[in-house]
Amino acid sequence: MGKGLKFLGLSMLLAGLALFISLPFSGPFVWDNSYLQNTGLSEAQQESLGERLADLEGRLFFTGFELANEISQTKEILNEELKATEEWDLVIWSNDVVWQGTKASYQGLAKGNELLFFILCILMPSIGGFLYILPSFKEGTPGIKNNGTFHSDMKNRGWVGILTGTMLILFYIILYWFPQYITPLISLFDPLSEVLNGGPASQWFLYGTLYTLAIIVMGIRMFSKYRHSRYHQIRTASLMFFQTAFAFLIPEILVRLNKPYFDFKNIWPLDYDFFDAWHINMLQEAGGLGIFMLAWGLTLMIIGVPLFTYLYGKRWYCSWVCGCGGLAETLGDPYRQLSDKSLKAWKYERVIVHSVLVFAVLMTAGVLYTYFTGSDRVFWLSTNDVRQTYGFMIGSIFAGVVGTGFYPLMGNRVWCRFGCPLAAYLGLVQRFKSRFRITTNGGQCISCGNCSTYCEMGIDVRWYAQRGQNIVRSSCVGCGVCSSVCPRGVLKLENNEEEGRFGKPIEIGEEGFRVHV
Amino acid sequence: MNVVIIGNGIAGISAARQIRKLSDHSITVISGESDHFFSRTALMYLYMGHMEYKHIKPYEDWFWDKNRIQLKRAWVSNIDFEKQLLQFENGENLPYDKLLLATGSKPHELPVPGIEAGGVQGLYSLQDLEQMEATTVGVNQAVIIGGGLIGIEMAEMLHSRGVEVTIIIRESHYWGNVLPAEEGNLIAKHIAENHVKLIREDELAEVFKDDAGNVKGIRTKNGNQLDCQFLGISVGVMPNIEFLKNSALETNRGIMVNEFLETNIPNVYAAGDCIEHRNAPVGRNPIEQVWYTGRIMGETVAHTINGNRRSYKPGIWFNSAKFFDIEYQVYGLVPNKISPDLAQFYWEDSKEPRAIRVVWNKETMIFLGIHSFGIRLRHEQCEEWIEKKFTIDKALSRLQKAAFDAEFTKQWIPSFLEEFQKTNLGFAVQQEAKGLFARIFG
Repeated sequence: MGKGLKFLGLSMLLAGLALFISLPFSGPFVWDNSYLQNTGLSEAQQESLGERLADLEGRLFFTGFELANEISQTKEILNEELKATEEWDLVIWSNDVVWQGTKASYQGLAKGNELLFFILCILMPSIGGFLYILPSFKEGTPGIKNNGTFHSDMKNRGWVGILTGTMLILFYIILYWFPQYITPLISLFDPLSEVLNGGPASQWFLYGTLYTLAIIVMGIRMFSKYRHSRYHQIRTASLMFFQTAFAFLIPEILVRLNKPYFDFKNIWPLDYDFFDAWHINMLQEAGGLGIFMLAWGLTLMIIGVPLFTYLYGKRWYCSWVCGCGGLAETLGDPYRQLSDKSLKAWKYERVIVHSVLVFAVLMTAGVLYTYFTGSDRVFWLSTNDVRQTYGFMIGSIFAGVVGTGFYPLMGNRVWCRFGCPLAAYLGLVQRFKSRFRITTNGGQCISCGNCSTYCEMGIDVRWYAQRGQNIVRSSCVGCGVCSSVCPRGVLKLENNEEEGRFGKPIEIGEEGFRVHV
Repeated sequence: MNVVIIGNGIAGISAARQIRKLSDHSITVISGESDHFFSRTALMYLYMGHMEYKHIKPYEDWFWDKNRIQLKRAWVSNIDFEKQLLQFENGENLPYDKLLLATGSKPHELPVPGIEAGGVQGLYSLQDLEQMEATTVGVNQAVIIGGGLIGIEMAEMLHSRGVEVTIIIRESHYWGNVLPAEEGNLIAKHIAENHVKLIREDELAEVFKDDAGNVKGIRTKNGNQLDCQFLGISVGVMPNIEFLKNSALETNRGIMVNEFLETNIPNVYAAGDCIEHRNAPVGRNPIEQVWYTGRIMGETVAHTINGNRRSYKPGIWFNSAKFFDIEYQVYGLVPNKISPDLAQFYWEDSKEPRAIRVVWNKETMIFLGIHSFGIRLRHEQCEEWIEKKFTIDKALSRLQKAAFDAEFTKQWIPSFLEEFQKTNLGFAVQQEAKGLFARIFG
């Protein structure tokens, strides 16, 4: 029964995945100049580009790649000419016309059958994943089961893991920079998008939906894997809720109501464009709700972060609320043991993550300087260039491509550990002013190493535990897995008086275990 | 001064680290088993795929150089106590000024016909694990003799690879020489839920070999015949002192030491599993082979070696283990058979495999010990109750302070206390109340 269900689930998952991957290769595509409407171009731009694209009309393209490349090249050539003649109003800066035009030209099998293909490519593998997980609720007695983790080709950088990582990296690169190559896939999300926000789907809607589904399905896996632990069940449910409601549904519904797209749980500097001029202006123009959103974001950043981190540690955000944390704790859970625990890695981590925080602060200061003074340069440096560089290097490459793509290679918290500026900010509060710590239970540690191995943040938990010292580390996201995998009940996540929260190393050689003085 | 330590287990390494903290002596640690210190208690997790070898090394490899602790991989064949010289199997020699013997233990053997068959082994060393890894390939059925901590570990290891496992124990209930019957049965039930068979009150009588000389089955004293392709022996461990016998060093079951962990030979000390106390601390056994005592002895003997004689005071007894998914902790005295001068109370959860037993003195009402299954207790609290001679009602009224389970764990204290009141043991226990506000904000 269990085996059959698992087989069925896996088959559905793989079949759906295969269809998902092959759909972008399908066609045909037929171009029509009318598709230039609603791509965000001015009428003059539509006209000038339309002229160049006229001979594509009616031509049959077997795949979207050829058409997308044609549109893209035509647009680039046109842009070069316009720049040469300094017709700046006509230059098309955005890439939207390429993917939206390609998307509109799609005439393949899924055209008109979006819902059916959505069910086959998206829902079927999701349900397959769920069915694959289902029997595990009955497997063995409740408790930590990491059996075979390091024998697995998926979980120990074997070929399956490397393949998965490669696919994820590719997916992110296409998503960020080449959405025109996956337009048939984006179309599948149109019906759902229409229902939620009243408009057609973009690659970001596709991403948001897949992201949420991944958290839900793999969240159910967490319910099974940690069914002995209410701590994990509750925090996983919290992550699933905040992703589904706050990150996915509410922003889309806001758009439908003609309000600004807003994720109420995203906080600067993770939300690095919060202070962008266009964002501030958008909120200001949105009336009372927009002002509330602005105030809400500022309050979370200035009061929420220090207050809640003081009370509960940074876990209140990183492993209970955050979307990046949500994916890391669910989809990423099978890879948590791959994070590097060496002292060297910790040294790199501190330098890199705090550098990103400094970068984020400087970038934002520049953006605000421009906003308030109208001057777009600080000395010789263009604040917009800095902003663009940050978005490209940190927002896209680090957080997306590396942050998630490297799950099967470097563990599930690569971004959170090395890159997230908000984690660095939360971490500073946690390290210096918080009631949170992981208490070590007297002399019970047997140095087995499970805690360190399964720490997704790469903290060498054992180093502290075997000394009888509490663990207070800025990077700790309070997931609680060290405590769960401990076979001797040595570790407990606690909020308590600040005094003595670091603890002192013990010497157990004198009358049992004693604080070493 | 040149300090040499034989054995890189928890006792030897604890001593080496402590000596380094206290002094600038030259320190050399010798092991034939492994290049680096590893956590012996974690060997099972390698087999089960929870970790790889590198993960069970508590210190990174650079640690030893940085702390000027020299590591030497070699087997010692003989010690010349007169000349203070170690002789290695490969013919090399090494002099010492002070020598610490921390040679650990080795599995007890069973004098049974056929025991020399292939696929029959204990589990103690890294080499044992490697052997088990090799001999259990393709094995479908396994039998484990003895249900102690290593026995249940072997069962869990094999079970994780889908092997059908049977454990045979001598006692009438599981771990009967340590646990009272209720606890033994609680574990036995859990073992059964994991589809591992437990045969009680029986012993190994004979091992059957196939043509290749490997185990193919066994016969027990009660006449049970079982097919198996692997036979695990876990009937306890004994001090590993073979190479020290017939020397000037006084040994009995282990290396004889006084309360300062000094042997009968000047400048030679011993600590950990390999020793036997001439005068064991009150209430303790002359041989106690657990991780914690090894660590305590190692840290204690370091002071003595450093010239500041310190006696071995292990303090309040504590230990812990895990039986499949049930964690076990003990603090103080919880005997398997309650003598008439003791009173006790046992509570077991009706739904989950969780239990607690507390023991106190019938006359004085002084709290003596507690052990728990599936429940985590705070070491510091339990020790304080015992050390400061709390009465049982005072200790129980502070149970909340000893709760060490993860946040949101289903409460057990109310049910425990409710049952406790029902027993009419003569007094009421008031639990310290905690409001909602205090719960949310600590």
